[in-house]
Amino acid sequence: MHDLLRRYGKGLTGAFVLLTAFWLLVLIILPNLYLLENSFRPYLPKVDMGGPLDTYSLNNYAKILTGESPTNVFGLTVTLPVHVKSFLLTVGYSAFVTLISFALAYPLAYYLAKVVQPKSLPTLFLLLFVPLWVSEVLRSFAWFIILSLKGPLNFTLLGFGIIDAPIRWIAGYQSIVIGLVYTYVLFMLFPIYNAIQSLDTNQIEAAEDLGSPWWRTHWRVILPHAKPGIASGAVMVFMLSAGSLLVPVLLGSTDSNWFTQVIQQWMFEAADWNTGSAYAFILLVLCTVFVSLVMRVFRVKLSDIAK
Amino acid sequence: MSAGIDLDDVCCDFGSFRAVDHVNVSIQPGEFFSFLGPSGCGKTTILRMISGFTEPSTGVVRIGGKDMRGQRPNQRPTALIFQNLALFPLMTVADNIAFGLEVRGVDKGKRRARAEELLRLVDLPGAGDKMVSQLSGGQKQRVAIARALAVEPAVMLLDEPLSALDLKLRQHMRAELRAIQKRTGVTFIYITHDQGEALAMSDRVGVMSHGRLQQVANPRDIYDSPVNGFVASFVGENNILSGTVGNIGQGLASFDTPLGTFRAKMAPDTLGAVKLYVRPEHMRFSQTPGAENSVPVTVGDVAFEGNFISVHAATQNGTVLVAELRNDGTGAMPTPGAQMHMSFDAARAAILPDETAAGA
Repeated sequence: MHDLLRRYGKGLTGAFVLLTAFWLLVLIILPNLYLLENSFRPYLPKVDMGGPLDTYSLNNYAKILTGESPTNVFGLTVTLPVHVKSFLLTVGYSAFVTLISFALAYPLAYYLAKVVQPKSLPTLFLLLFVPLWVSEVLRSFAWFIILSLKGPLNFTLLGFGIIDAPIRWIAGYQSIVIGLVYTYVLFMLFPIYNAIQSLDTNQIEAAEDLGSPWWRTHWRVILPHAKPGIASGAVMVFMLSAGSLLVPVLLGSTDSNWFTQVIQQWMFEAADWNTGSAYAFILLVLCTVFVSLVMRVFRVKLSDIAK
Repeated sequence: MSAGIDLDDVCCDFGSFRAVDHVNVSIQPGEFFSFLGPSGCGKTTILRMISGFTEPSTGVVRIGGKDMRGQRPNQRPTALIFQNLALFPLMTVADNIAFGLEVRGVDKGKRRARAEELLRLVDLPGAGDKMVSQLSGGQKQRVAIARALAVEPAVMLLDEPLSALDLKLRQHMRAELRAIQKRTGVTFIYITHDQGEALAMSDRVGVMSHGRLQQVANPRDIYDSPVNGFVASFVGENNILSGTVGNIGQGLASFDTPLGTFRAKMAPDTLGAVKLYVRPEHMRFSQTPGAENSVPVTVGDVAFEGNFISVHAATQNGTVLVAELRNDGTGAMPTPGAQMHMSFDAARAAILPDETAAGA
């Protein structure tokens, strides 16, 4: 703060602070508080608002437990409330997306950080960034076309004789998973790249010199060093996936129902913002709890991620 | 157990740059051999070729008589100690030391026992459960040595491992390294730019410049009988005089310089441009002209260095000669401004191929 004042003077510093405060308070904190407050109030016609019926309760949150739906889990039939099922599938598939993103990003991050000639790095980074210059809507829509039954992917696979009949890619949750991985994999790549890059190459060579095969060097030396990067990448990919609306809407099939779609349905189709808000907070809180549990399991501290 | 190493006409090119140029040397099993040279002379490349991180462009590296071409570092019987040690910071000291054993599938109990044994060998008993970051510089050094010894290498390769330590510790670790080498009987190959380290520890020293091995000899011969101007001036100090060779006699030759004619040793097969090299500690001062190789001087700076006194003196044509006199209480110490004579023994001076000629 003191440095800021000395460098930019009173006017500019004041502007920075005010703009940041405005952004935080008016665009983030106040709307969230408004939704939080609304989530405890019933959805009422305008005339009843502020009347005797307008009392605080947890009824909106309890709605998630209604509407039983029999579900087949590994051959067992379990009866779950339909929105709980949607929530669990969202968390499960988001975790799956995170796992696939890691599997894709880790080898690439290692390659970029330790294998590739430094002079070709800018070109490779540019190639990675170019897709980000196109809007997320267009990219998801492009995947919709690629994955469609008579789309280029099936055309190519049929052409090479890899498959005999076209595959229905947009079915169940698989197209959502593909779209989410594509959209968020870079959020996994860069933290891991940074982490591996900070590893002293001599340590990799020392491990090899001591007789270690490549996989053990990764397991014992490189992965432990990259753990904070992996954790921060995983948290980002997981939270972004679970909170994504666009990709599930564009790439979802008739069988899929992402939890964000449920929230959207409450707010814009039922026009019930109160229940929608309650669902949104359920998603936020439970995802945060899930992430902290996973971090606890993998022994990652919050301070590691912040680095 | 310990193995010899043969470098057979080894070259290493990086693009158009030749880092190592036709190096031939045979290192004996159990020998302490140092490669000594300035940075960029190719000594680290040699080490990396022996350990397997770099393949020679031409030539063959043999360890224990076995051709090492195509053998990865994890397949070679060598252990490298890195300049920055490269200890694994996320493992305990014991896990660091036992890493090579873990790789070889040794079970946990045996690993632990071996780590403790090695910790005692390097004089760090009981430090196994500490993290690397809790150790001091010298302790890290010992852990790195223990980690390398754990895999029972036939050859230990050390890449300037003492350069980060302070002077006292460095001297202590020199003796320690030498003792460990004697105890284990492993061949040590030591890379350094510090002539003191190389001379003090090694059985033999190879002096390198511009990718070429200039001289391989025991430390005494390196210092007392350098083969060329580069070795003479890289290892120790010299007074260097330009001139031309006159009469050549029995191992000695006369050398005409602007300061007069001197006599000095000269090898019979010396070719090309030459200069006269005399070490400062072989310079003497006297009130009257010496019997031979004497030149009148005016004493300039007298610097007291403790165990010796460094004296700069100017000749009549302005050339400055340096002498190092032992501070042993004998002999008169020159005082600044005094008119004296400086002389040296012909047997203590050498006419050697010029430094630049040797490097080219």
